[in-house]
Amino acid sequence: MLTSVAALIVLAGLYSVHMMEEHGHIITGMNNQIVWGIPHVFAIFMIVAASGVLNVSSIGSVFNKPAYKARAPLAGLLSLAMLAGGLTVLMLDLGRPDRIIVAATNYNLTSVFAWNVLLYSAMFAAVVVYLWTMMEARMQPWSKHAGFVVFIWRFALTTGTGVIFSFLVARQAYGSAILPPMFIVISFAWGLAVFHIVQSAIYQWNGKMLDEYVQKRMKNLLGVFVVAALYFVVVYHLTNLYFARQVEFERFILADGGIYPLLFWAGYVVLGNLLPLLLIYLPGWGKTQHVAVASAMVILGGFAFLYVFIIGGQAFPLSIFPGFEVKSSFGDGVIGLYSPSLPEVLLGFGGVGIAFLITAVGIRVLNFVPREIPKKAL
Amino acid sequence: MSEINVQRRQFLKMSMGVAAVSIAPGIFLFDMAHGKADANKVRWGMLIETANCAEGCNDCVTACNTENGLSDGVSSTDSQWIRKIEIKDISTGRETSLPMMCQHCEHPPCVDVCPTGASFKRADGIVLVDKHLCIGCRYCMMACPYKARSFVHEPLQNQNPDVPRGRGTVESCTMCVHRIDQGQQPACAVACPNKSILFGNLNDPDSEIATRIRTVASAQVRADLGLNPGVRYQGL
Ligand code: SF4
Ligand code: SF4
Repeated sequence: MLTSVAALIVLAGLYSVHMMEEHGHIITGMNNQIVWGIPHVFAIFMIVAASGVLNVSSIGSVFNKPAYKARAPLAGLLSLAMLAGGLTVLMLDLGRPDRIIVAATNYNLTSVFAWNVLLYSAMFAAVVVYLWTMMEARMQPWSKHAGFVVFIWRFALTTGTGVIFSFLVARQAYGSAILPPMFIVISFAWGLAVFHIVQSAIYQWNGKMLDEYVQKRMKNLLGVFVVAALYFVVVYHLTNLYFARQVEFERFILADGGIYPLLFWAGYVVLGNLLPLLLIYLPGWGKTQHVAVASAMVILGGFAFLYVFIIGGQAFPLSIFPGFEVKSSFGDGVIGLYSPSLPEVLLGFGGVGIAFLITAVGIRVLNFVPREIPKKAL
Repeated sequence: MSEINVQRRQFLKMSMGVAAVSIAPGIFLFDMAHGKADANKVRWGMLIETANCAEGCNDCVTACNTENGLSDGVSSTDSQWIRKIEIKDISTGRETSLPMMCQHCEHPPCVDVCPTGASFKRADGIVLVDKHLCIGCRYCMMACPYKARSFVHEPLQNQNPDVPRGRGTVESCTMCVHRIDQGQQPACAVACPNKSILFGNLNDPDSEIATRIRTVASAQVRADLGLNPGVRYQGL
């Protein structure tokens, strides 16, 4: 049932791509000022979460924690699924998706974007090998090594995602050295939130209960990651406030930029951080269903954060003539306007649909349900 | 205890190895990408005299649109290769009008970030987009500090055969490379009624542009970014 809904969403996404191919990006809300829009919010969320979810595997294999080891295959599958979903969205949003082969055969090695293409492909391969070493008894001795490669690689991957933005020195929102580590920590929180939701769904469908000890540890871990991510975001904004030339931008994002401060405070800070933390830590709460709701909130908060970061960051005008008031026919000096259109939103959800389908099929066909290990082994 | 220490040491060794291997090529490429220019080569550039540039005059823009087959539209999704900007000094109130277009940077961020190499710099310093390689990712638009680039949002009609364009690709001022290659001047420079746009070879010490740059004060926009644009402004 859910699978067919997901399939429908994927179809709707593909139809949007067809429309965008036919009419051009004019049917999206994107323009020459806001050049990256909703598709990028979806894609980057999924790619970042895909790297973060592997934390569950790493804790299992690299740091040898059995409770997490039992969950490593599921985490690997989720990572593949989200990577596939995110990359598909990114690719189909290109002005010329038909030229993807050009992108695959012409590399400009100074481009961070090209590095990322390599990083993602290698990541995909590494996770597949890792899954194989876990599922296939003969390969099991290699599992730890494969896990280690994945562990290192995903740092490179998320660093790469952060670097895409931190190389944009001319834009006030980006060009900061704190972005790569910030994205790494954020990825832990988002990845684990996705994992929690999928895990509780699987347990619910199979009528199983999550082991209390495991549940408690994983929920605490989510709490820690959420706090750590929030900390980095705070530092990012504080350092911006410290540089005088960035103060205007921060005022825009945090106070008078309309939708952006609203999404930042209500969406990211309250919905994405404070409420989930309450659900996790308030005495008497923190049960499986609370954690699932908290996870959903962390994910929504993540989308709000990326919307502000990606779109708000572009809406604020480039400072071409610092110290001057500027006006022109090309939107110089004014806040860029953007309202997402249906096709691009559908494209984004299409990517989520792809990730869901891969996960659902994977769980059905192969055995990805975490196998509980007796408590004393923990 | 000691076993953990050994494990930890191995882990550290291995991570450092991985880090070294992944950083080394980056440093090498950085050096390659920022190689020094050859002083004997041609470098096309422009010097814009803002004192002559009249507020409200749009002749360079119109000439560019005609020459390159652009629509003349100014909505947020229309291509604008050159635009007039009115600037006002916040502390003194002095107003200036000037044309803004691709600055043909010596170290162009658009070229650095382009994943396919579609954005490139010719030997004579002109920065272009190869319409057959561009996949329309718009990363170059994010990277350009001058907002010089436009994305083609719609299918195109009535193109100028000398100036290839394409839906779904990014484009910007070509300095009228098709005219330069035939020994002509860029359309905007020709069209300006006040002779505000001086075009020429920055590397030829005897050229008019090089002489003027030596003798009068001129500036690059956002010179702090260190991109060494080929377009300079007088009277900013
Ligand atoms: S002005 Fe912008 S588009 Fe032109 S060369 Fe410089 S970075 Fe590239
Ligand atoms: S839009 Fe085209 S020219 Fe610009 S970075 Fe992407 S591929 Fe290169």
